[in-house]
Amino acid sequence: MSEPVLSVENLQIAFGSHTAVKDLSFNIGARQTVALVGESGSGKSATALAIMRLIEREGGRIVSGRIKLHGEAEADIAALSDNAMCALRGRDISMVFQEPMTSLNPVLTIGEQVSEVFVRHRRMSRRDALEAAREGLAKVRIPEPARRLTQYPHELSGGLRQRVMIAMALACRPRLLIADEPTTALDVTTQAEILDLIGQLQAEIGMAVLFITHDMGVVAEIADRVVVMRHGVKEEEAPVEALFARPRATYSRLLMEATPKLGSGAPVLGTIPATVLEVTGLTTRFAARSGFLGRGGSAFTAVNNASLTLGAGETLGLVGESGCGKSTLARSILRLVEPDAGSVRLAGHDMMRLGRRQLRAARRDAQMIFQDPYASLNPRLPVHELVTEPARIHGLARPSECRDLAVSLVEKVGLEADAVDRFAHQFSGGQRQRLCIARALSARPRLIVADEAVSALDVSIARQVTDLMLALQQSDGVAFLFISHDIAVVERVSHRVAVMYGGEIVETGPTDAVLANPQHSYTQRLLSAVPRPDPARSRRRRLALPEKFPPELAADFMRQRGVDHFVRAEVA
Amino acid sequence: MLTYLARTILKMLVTFFVIVTLVFFATRLSGSPIDFVIGEGITQEDRALLTSYYGLDQSTWVQYRAFLASFADGQFGLSFVERRPVAEIVGERIWPSLQLLLSSVVLTLALSLPLGILGAVYRKSWIGSAVMVIAFVGYAVPNFVLATLMILIFSYWLNWLPVVGNGTPWHFIMPTITMSGILIAGLTRFTRNAMLDVLGQDYMRTARAKGLSEQTVIFKHGLRNASITILSVIGLQIAGLAAAGSVVVEAIFAWPGIGDLLVRSAIVRDYPVLQFGVIAVSVAVLFINAAVDIAYAYADPRIRLGRA
Repeated sequence: MSEPVLSVENLQIAFGSHTAVKDLSFNIGARQTVALVGESGSGKSATALAIMRLIEREGGRIVSGRIKLHGEAEADIAALSDNAMCALRGRDISMVFQEPMTSLNPVLTIGEQVSEVFVRHRRMSRRDALEAAREGLAKVRIPEPARRLTQYPHELSGGLRQRVMIAMALACRPRLLIADEPTTALDVTTQAEILDLIGQLQAEIGMAVLFITHDMGVVAEIADRVVVMRHGVKEEEAPVEALFARPRATYSRLLMEATPKLGSGAPVLGTIPATVLEVTGLTTRFAARSGFLGRGGSAFTAVNNASLTLGAGETLGLVGESGCGKSTLARSILRLVEPDAGSVRLAGHDMMRLGRRQLRAARRDAQMIFQDPYASLNPRLPVHELVTEPARIHGLARPSECRDLAVSLVEKVGLEADAVDRFAHQFSGGQRQRLCIARALSARPRLIVADEAVSALDVSIARQVTDLMLALQQSDGVAFLFISHDIAVVERVSHRVAVMYGGEIVETGPTDAVLANPQHSYTQRLLSAVPRPDPARSRRRRLALPEKFPPELAADFMRQRGVDHFVRAEVA
Repeated sequence: MLTYLARTILKMLVTFFVIVTLVFFATRLSGSPIDFVIGEGITQEDRALLTSYYGLDQSTWVQYRAFLASFADGQFGLSFVERRPVAEIVGERIWPSLQLLLSSVVLTLALSLPLGILGAVYRKSWIGSAVMVIAFVGYAVPNFVLATLMILIFSYWLNWLPVVGNGTPWHFIMPTITMSGILIAGLTRFTRNAMLDVLGQDYMRTARAKGLSEQTVIFKHGLRNASITILSVIGLQIAGLAAAGSVVVEAIFAWPGIGDLLVRSAIVRDYPVLQFGVIAVSVAVLFINAAVDIAYAYADPRIRLGRA
């Protein structure tokens, strides 16, 4: 290994009396990328914030150990004065954060936010700094950099914002870049672009990168060395190829097994099931409110002419990037938003023709599970009331029976019976999602719509929750509409998939057929962008990103490309 | 931005019409003014004569139309008591009220913004606690109690400050403090909370990660965001001050402003003055609100440029 840029020695970090990181040591060399991997609570973000000495701001402190920055200005960051540290931050070490949507200041222009780094560390005049900021934006390949200078963060997409963050971080050509889950909040195709960008700039500037992530696919793609952490302790440190080939620590193995791998096969359906849901030509528009008193303005078509069917005991995976209309499609099916055209048949009801009361009754057959298990459970209700609410609303259980029903429901989702007297805040994220499933089941639905239901969970927990869904499906024969941006998870649970792009279903078919033999250029692009937990393969993949995008959709019809496999026609 | 402006103005016009109507009917619920104009012991004939003289014998609808018509000449009718144009009577009172309002607003902002920021930044040290104690005490003391206490100490015992009137700068001290007391306490707490919210935001961490100094982080990145939230309540608070605070304070210190006038004309049921006084205060409140709305939109680029 080259001369280290940063060496962390016996670092110990605590929040109050709780030790978050214990006796952690590792080195990062110039031009090297070290991935810090672990699930939530592993202490990986605390380590990053300690290196930036921002940990005190978050209520933690460095208890002991050294964080040595080598090179011209040799320093022990753990013992540096506040002023000296302040001069170091953003100049020698900088950081990119997870949430591009909230990490930029909403009331300052992009130009102001990028240029102030030059003013601070390079002592430039405002004018020169703005010019330098423009060059910095060009360097991270932001189109029209001069125009961006006067724009505000809300005018930029998530991917562009993350590029701005990178431009800010790399303004002074730092020796170390800390990237804390920089692509977790982004779509896979955007993620691939950002990872490429960081790699290229690293080669150009020669900086060291500390990359924090929970995603083994991303690790395989970018890391030279990997540090696996769990509960604040380093479980294993190894070169990336060695780790993936022969993980030594048990936890590393568990983590890799839990990571969904694209291409590891989808569940297969035995017989052709009875149809539960049939959607034909569903179209939902949102009126864009603009103009005087909200009149006028144009309508935005969120879902355009979508058709799909779903049988009992079957799971249809709905994939697509943020804003593609997948959640709106799900809501339109339940008429939680009112569709403009099309028909929906759910368990024998013609949903579009139902009146208000009938609609409420019909919704018994379709329950929803949402992404955020923290926000979707009422914190003031005990579990036995929470999970039986749909049953009570639809008159399926008398108040006297509710307790017994609650006990059987929580046991069904793998929780202890005494959970029924507790409150939502006493459960972990995974357990809460189990409660959400129990609640959905209480109405004995024919269809469960799971909207990014495992996206907020750690991989090992997410796996347990999806396994639970599969088991319940086998025992109860309930149909799942499984919405996710994570194709590998979708593959694991779905018998069939539908790929959405720009409000339209561009490809649909049996999961294996679509993923192994994608026909639509968008599906191909999406699949090629998915990071694979296989270092040798994922590095080759990068060249495969199609250049020309987006595709032009041709006249409005689907072509059959295989058994039950349909593809939206494209203009070549 | 232009549509936003147009919408704000249209809202103001509608609100204004609703207020004018409400004021007209509310005033009529307070009883007949005749008894006060003449005093006791008048004959039935005189009463009927006066009632028709003031137009009070006509149907409510006719009176309402006459009331609206009185806006046209810019005089707003004649005072029952003083027999002078209402516009003239109210006009004399506007400037003293405005002066008192301005001095109170200046004092409030000068104290509560720095205090609130201190309270947020040093929330864990004794400085933060001290700010909170001051704010709570200030909030707990009603303004008429504060006024009475100050009069007792500074005028009656120490004989330092004048109590009645608005002749010299010294006259401003006690009314201004009385007016702003509760507002300072409230706005300090609000500023502190707004700053606390902002201090926990991701972009503050980004700003620190860039190596910016603590002053830059707090004032440039923090305060600019907090000010949007603060602006939104300042408008309501000042408006409330203009409407309610001035009545109490001006009455206590015999300040020759609109609040004092309102109290006097309410007692004698001088309908035209009372109506127009309330309307004048309402218009002031409307203007303050509209000004704050527009400033708010300007301060927040997400509103100014429209949401993407």
